[in-house]
Amino acid sequence: MSDASQAMVEARGLGKDYGTTRAVDTVSFKVARGEVVGFLGPNGAGKSTTMKMLTGYLKPSRGSAFIGGIDVGDDPLTAQSKLGYLPESAPLYDDMMVLDFLEFAADLRGVAKAGRREKLKGICERCGLLNVLGKDIGQLSKGYRQRVGLAQALVHDPDLLILDEPTSGLDPNQIVEIRQLIKDLGRDKTILLSTHILPEVQATCDRIIIIADGKLVADDTPEALTEGTAGATIQIVVKAKAGAALEAARVMALLSNIPGVRGVANAEAEGPGTLGFALRAAGDVDPREGIFNTAVSNDMVLVGMQRRGVSLEDTFRRLTRGEKEAARA
Amino acid sequence: MRKVAVIARRELASYFNAPVAYIVIVTFLLVAGWMFFSSLFLMGRADLRPLFAPSPFSPSMLLVIIAPAVTMRLIAEERKSGTIELISTMPIRKWEIIAGKFTAAFALLAVSILSTLVYAISVSAIGDLDWGPVAAGYFGMLLFAGALTAIGLLCSTITQNQIVAFIAGFIVCAVLYFVYWLQFFVPPGLASFVEFISVSSHLESMARGVIDTRNIFYYLSLIGGALFVAMRVLSRQRS
Ligand SMILES: Nc1ncnc2c1ncn2[C@@H]1O[C@H](COP(=O)(O)OP(=O)(O)OP(=O)(O)O)[C@@H](O)[C@H]1O
Ligand SMILES: [Mg+2]
Repeated sequence: MSDASQAMVEARGLGKDYGTTRAVDTVSFKVARGEVVGFLGPNGAGKSTTMKMLTGYLKPSRGSAFIGGIDVGDDPLTAQSKLGYLPESAPLYDDMMVLDFLEFAADLRGVAKAGRREKLKGICERCGLLNVLGKDIGQLSKGYRQRVGLAQALVHDPDLLILDEPTSGLDPNQIVEIRQLIKDLGRDKTILLSTHILPEVQATCDRIIIIADGKLVADDTPEALTEGTAGATIQIVVKAKAGAALEAARVMALLSNIPGVRGVANAEAEGPGTLGFALRAAGDVDPREGIFNTAVSNDMVLVGMQRRGVSLEDTFRRLTRGEKEAARA
Repeated sequence: MRKVAVIARRELASYFNAPVAYIVIVTFLLVAGWMFFSSLFLMGRADLRPLFAPSPFSPSMLLVIIAPAVTMRLIAEERKSGTIELISTMPIRKWEIIAGKFTAAFALLAVSILSTLVYAISVSAIGDLDWGPVAAGYFGMLLFAGALTAIGLLCSTITQNQIVAFIAGFIVCAVLYFVYWLQFFVPPGLASFVEFISVSSHLESMARGVIDTRNIFYYLSLIGGALFVAMRVLSRQRS
């Protein structure tokens, strides 16, 4: 059985073909107990397909999926009883009333009848459903459907939640609410969620997995993906002396010799009498100290220096576009 | 078994929440009533055989249309709306889904069939009614309805389009029903084969009040076979 050290979710060389379409190539990753992991990738990358294999809906063409150490292919029922799943676009029974539907889900999940009403009410309260309990699901707005889908995934109080785009189609207020709910849930549950909203991942996730074209391209903390010195840019502004063109060439030469600087380019100045440069940082050495020392010893008046880490967007675009181009070549 | 009941209960609720269930029951009662009273007055016999015997415009022929109509939605709709993904990722076995859906549709048809007992009771009030053949007839009718339900459910698993499911179910049921009359036009060897495969011939003998294990075996294997294939189709889903 599963112990604490065991991964809550594991994809081991997981892949899926639809006829000749390779939806997921081979993807391997783990989600440890208690982690909240964001699953990113461009449209058609294979996020939903991977989740469908993890939850036992689709049979993988390659590899295997494990939930709490249990092979989903060998024992789907035990694996499925450990997780709550919100499929993409929250498919629900439109002809049922919200409360009836949640009772139905609880029945199938084998939730004991004793004290169940109270538990369901509690879940509905958390998901903001109390005022629509008696409504037909078919009449609900997209946001409320999404909430019912989330509530349905919670009826048996699972340790693991797999959520496919839980905030898609929600208005900004609802996004904040659901994000807060996911954060709360993440305190005592393991969560794997896919989304296209990058700030959401930064706000809620301990770790980010990015796939593109069915392949894993990144698996790291949000900090590492954004704050890694490689790729960061440093903008500096210096005072221009007489003969600006000459001065620019001199400063550029000086700057490019600083350890940790990969490249220097002209950048926007702060008005007349100043010169702007953009430096690309190379590796693990932070070049800012070197820049300062160089400026002092070469009589360069440094009036501004700003370090800009890469945004998650930048990383996302670099990783996912690069992958496409590589595949095409 | 408990989960079979959960699935069945949900399906029954949706039959009875929409007018579907009432339309089915009332239509069946009307057709059965017309068949029954016309033969009662024509022949003046307290006999329920016309209620069960296969013939054009009989209640059993009506079931050839009704059974695919009540089953067409069962899986096709889940595929179309995507709820199949929801239910397939709950801890429930494929056979439990199929058995639950079958139970609900069969229960609706069984209620329709058994509601014609009011005719039997009214006849027994007027004259002498031999309840033995009547019981055999009802038993045969229920098995017959079970077979059509299983075929209809199977057709609902192969598509996400309810209309396609209905048409496929109707064609299969109609062929199995009407092939019966072909036996009078084909050579004897073929005739016995035709008689064996037709759902009508097995109903015919039970309508006469004869319960033969071969008839029971025929219907049960048809039900079991269709449900088994339906379960397999559901298991090897790809989308
Ligand atoms: N049922 C299917 N039949 C054939 N191809 C499919 C099927 N489902 C998905 N695909 C293909 O598999 C690939 C991955 O799809 P998937 O839905 O997993 O992507 P995704 O990462 O979830 O995208 P999105 O961000 O748009 O939700 C896509 O190229 C898609 O066209
Ligand atoms: Mg998707």
